[in-house]
Amino acid sequence: MATVTILYFASLREQLGREQETATVSAEGESVATLLSALRARDAALNDLFEQTPRIRVAINQALGSFQDSVRPGDELAFFPPMTGG
Amino acid sequence: MIRVVVQTAAFDLAGEMERLSQISENVGGMSVFMGQVRAQGDGLESLTLEHYPGMTEKVLTTLAEEAGTRFSLLGCTVVHRVGTMRVGEPIVFVGTASGHRAEALQATSFLIDRLKTGAPFWKCERFTDGRKRWVEARDTDDEAAALWD
Repeated sequence: MATVTILYFASLREQLGREQETATVSAEGESVATLLSALRARDAALNDLFEQTPRIRVAINQALGSFQDSVRPGDELAFFPPMTGG
Repeated sequence: MIRVVVQTAAFDLAGEMERLSQISENVGGMSVFMGQVRAQGDGLESLTLEHYPGMTEKVLTTLAEEAGTRFSLLGCTVVHRVGTMRVGEPIVFVGTASGHRAEALQATSFLIDRLKTGAPFWKCERFTDGRKRWVEARDTDDEAAALWD
């Protein structure tokens, strides 16, 4: 099975009640946006969260990316709110 | 010479400065920024910092390398704490060493401005009455980071 790992941080992790899950992607990969649409369609809580939270960021393999970037089997995807370090 | 550390423990301010000052005999100036938990007048008790292990270290190292090249640094240290900190406790240390002051001063500003919006840390505030709130990113922080583009 071709899967990716998805991590959630900070308020997203807390509101979803989980920090990690796996999802299936096609062997040739697909965009983050396409994958996210599929996830949101089958998970009402996730859909609500993305509707309510402005400016969610995405990282692919621990580098900031965009929702148009591709994810491939084995990738590590992460969603989180804007960062507030320092 | 880059030193990047993410840790829960408090850091040794004097030790970090000493290390930087001795990094080369060509060091003529150092600049340090230290961020700490600020009382906000509304009963803040503590701040908890969450991060993305792995990505955090990568981003901080990349930023330190960029600062080193851009400002001709001789040394650069970033120590960022995670976990729970009370009012008055240190959160972050950014130190830079260079031949002359201008480079060190600029590099420190660059690092803290970029780190605030580009490194995967998130702050959660806890108040004495039990309330808890995730800190929201500020547009002014994005603007400060963008000044270095």
